[in-house]
Amino acid sequence: MGFAMYWIPAMTEPLLEVENLRVRFAGNRTGRDAVRGVSFRVGREKLGIVGESGSGKSQTGRALLKLTPRSAQVTATRMRFRGEDLLTASERRMREIRGRSISMILQDPKFSLNPLMKVGEQIVEAYRVHHQADQKTARERALKMLEAVHIRDAERVFSLLPHEVSGGMGQRIMIAMMLIPEPDIIIADEPTSALDVTVRRQVLSVLNELVEARDTGLILISHDLNLVASFCDRILVMYAGRVLEEIEARNLRNARHPYTRALLDSLPRLDRHVDPLHVPQRDPGWLDGPVFGPEERS
Amino acid sequence: MDDMYQHGVRGWLAAPVPASAAQARAQQIWLGCKRFAANRSALAGLVFLLLLVIVAWLAPLIAPYNPFQQSLAARLMPPSAAHWFGTDELGRDILSRIIYGTRITLYIAVLTAGIVAPVGLIVGTIAGYFGGWIDLVLMRIVDVFLAFPSLILALAFVTALGPGIENAVIALSLAAWPPIARLARAETLTIRKSDYVAAMRMQGASHLRIIWSDVIPMCLPSVVVRVTLNMAIVILTAAGLGFLGLGAQPPSPEWGAMLSTGREFMMNAWWVAAMPGIAILLTSLAVNLAGDGLRDVLDPRHD
Amino acid sequence: MRQSLLEVADLNVSFGEEDERHHVVKDVGFHIGRGECYGLIGESGCGKTTVLRAIAGLNSDYDGSILLDAQKQPKARRGAGFLRRVQMVFQDPYASLHPRKMVEKVLREPLQIHGFDRQRQRIDEVLVQVGLDPSFRYRYPHELSGGQRQRVVVARALIMEPEILLLDEPTSALDVSVQAEILNLLTRVQRERGLTYLLVSHDMAVIAHVCQRIGMMQHGRIIEEMTSEAVRNGQAQEQYTREFLDASAAFAAALEGDAT
Repeated sequence: MGFAMYWIPAMTEPLLEVENLRVRFAGNRTGRDAVRGVSFRVGREKLGIVGESGSGKSQTGRALLKLTPRSAQVTATRMRFRGEDLLTASERRMREIRGRSISMILQDPKFSLNPLMKVGEQIVEAYRVHHQADQKTARERALKMLEAVHIRDAERVFSLLPHEVSGGMGQRIMIAMMLIPEPDIIIADEPTSALDVTVRRQVLSVLNELVEARDTGLILISHDLNLVASFCDRILVMYAGRVLEEIEARNLRNARHPYTRALLDSLPRLDRHVDPLHVPQRDPGWLDGPVFGPEERS
Repeated sequence: MDDMYQHGVRGWLAAPVPASAAQARAQQIWLGCKRFAANRSALAGLVFLLLLVIVAWLAPLIAPYNPFQQSLAARLMPPSAAHWFGTDELGRDILSRIIYGTRITLYIAVLTAGIVAPVGLIVGTIAGYFGGWIDLVLMRIVDVFLAFPSLILALAFVTALGPGIENAVIALSLAAWPPIARLARAETLTIRKSDYVAAMRMQGASHLRIIWSDVIPMCLPSVVVRVTLNMAIVILTAAGLGFLGLGAQPPSPEWGAMLSTGREFMMNAWWVAAMPGIAILLTSLAVNLAGDGLRDVLDPRHD
Repeated sequence: MRQSLLEVADLNVSFGEEDERHHVVKDVGFHIGRGECYGLIGESGCGKTTVLRAIAGLNSDYDGSILLDAQKQPKARRGAGFLRRVQMVFQDPYASLHPRKMVEKVLREPLQIHGFDRQRQRIDEVLVQVGLDPSFRYRYPHELSGGQRQRVVVARALIMEPEILLLDEPTSALDVSVQAEILNLLTRVQRERGLTYLLVSHDMAVIAHVCQRIGMMQHGRIIEEMTSEAVRNGQAQEQYTREFLDASAAFAAALEGDAT
């Protein structure tokens, strides 16, 4: 274990264990790897990964499903899903795992849904890929799923094409599609960034409801500290490819890493006027400095 | 390491903070050259083209014989130490004729490109930028030109203007500009909606200034690439015109015309047709390779 | 009451062809006093950016009047007099800077167009004012970070010494920490030059940070006008505004921690 600083709530069995994950791109100019030694565990809980662009948060999410581009080299001392080694898993096995056991929700439903296929059919297909079921049962499941993501009039929506639904509904359909095979873990990469503020909350509450009802693990990747703090149990703050701080969401305001603090302070606030806003000064020491974990708190 | 970068032209090109506009531009060009050089086949194409330019320039020095010198005693001689590429039906040295022919080919290609690129660029950007009836009129004209295959069009013009190399160039240009205009227009349609054009309009820039300083620089890479790729077609069409007797007139050593006369002797003297044929093939291949490399360097979408 | 510097009255904008015309902006009217910051907030598609572009003269296909200093502006191209007084900062610094123009050229062009003197000096001054070293003048956009690019965009708007800046989501394409930099820059420049701002955003916290008065837009209309204090105190009349404030505040509350 060595320096690993992850922390697991006593009750949850770890579903996914990652230790010392590295993602290196061939011929990148910064000379720094995209992900540098990230370690964490996820159980049946909501884990948030926050970071700014270039922090390596999305590459971390992709590496878990081995969806990194060909030019990237992924290494880790350990990457296990329910004890199964993902590093050595064949591409065939990975295809089974993707969707069935770990599924991914991406930023914009417009690019994730097949534009020529009725949304209902797509959900049915998502179900039938991983479950033996006849068309009728699958259709019923899909309709039930649409209702579960709070789509009124599921019958009508079932036969719409992706361009006929709004962004918020599209993302709820994506959630339905990703949850119908009943995966153990969902990785959601900026699932609401393309959505409006009011719709955002609705989509998140749908996701929350389903994740809690099914006891699914969730990894929420976002640049939005507010969003992650209000939604997750536990937060990893990433910077320059590393996790700088791991903290319980409800303790976020007590964050101790200067970077996390700086991020919190840099947000304009609705409750009071702060002027000028605090601008984070990046300390080169953070690149390889200490990691702040919750267990050190005295 | 640092020392190396602080001195001389290399240091000037690698300086992290350029001190003048010229230096900044030179650095960009230098980076482009490095990327181009990393593409081996493009580099090979470029080297071949440079070689052609040198050959054309130094033709009188390189050519072993006078390209017009007939020697009926030495008709249709196969390649030998004396005549590397053999001789043609009038006993002229084929190598010398190909060397002099380089001048004609380059002349045609450069002149056509020089006419086609500006005309296509101007027509296309104006049509795309202003839209409306201007676009309609210009694009219908383009359609008329595009309706005919380029060789047929060139043939028609040459027939009307009379055979000869200048007329061939005009005919080839008339046939080659419409696709360039189409391309420039398509690029302009996306560029004119961009925020940087909106910003220029907010600054009170005239249409002419916007077209000149914003639209054309963005269209230029794809147009240049398209023109270089077209150059191969132009060379082939020019050869085709020569082959049909409508381009350069005998006895001028134009490759297409040489190929055409060689056809009669194909059965017993293959080299008469094969040598200019190979020259045409290699030149168009080199132009294509270099054009591909140029696209990788210039086209911002490949960054 | 101060005389308003910029006034918009009965603005209506429609897009599309005859039979399928979308009425995007409906009877929008507001006024901004000199030195004031006014914010338009709403969700995507509510018409807020369309209002901004109509004012800027980037879209001349509108009905209604736009007045600068009580002077009604012509719908066709805005004159040089208008453009020297009103400038715009765009949303995405990756799209609003010409990829092949050096910073130097970006900043020099407006000076040339309007015949300014001391061009070199002005460029240096404006770069310093937006917090960039004058050595940045010979950089190309792709050599700059997102924050640096947005500073150049602000510099381009400022170099003509305008009185009004139209800000179209100036920070929404940027990272949180960079957003703070740019917002600080905008508020500082506003104070230093006594500028008047019209800021369009979907982020209530950003709008409340910069603006004194805020217009809430929905479906192409301004449904409610509030002061930023009212927003901070959660005082809203309209149901939709309340929902919007709740949604914005719910996220902010999380940072305070529920465990208090």
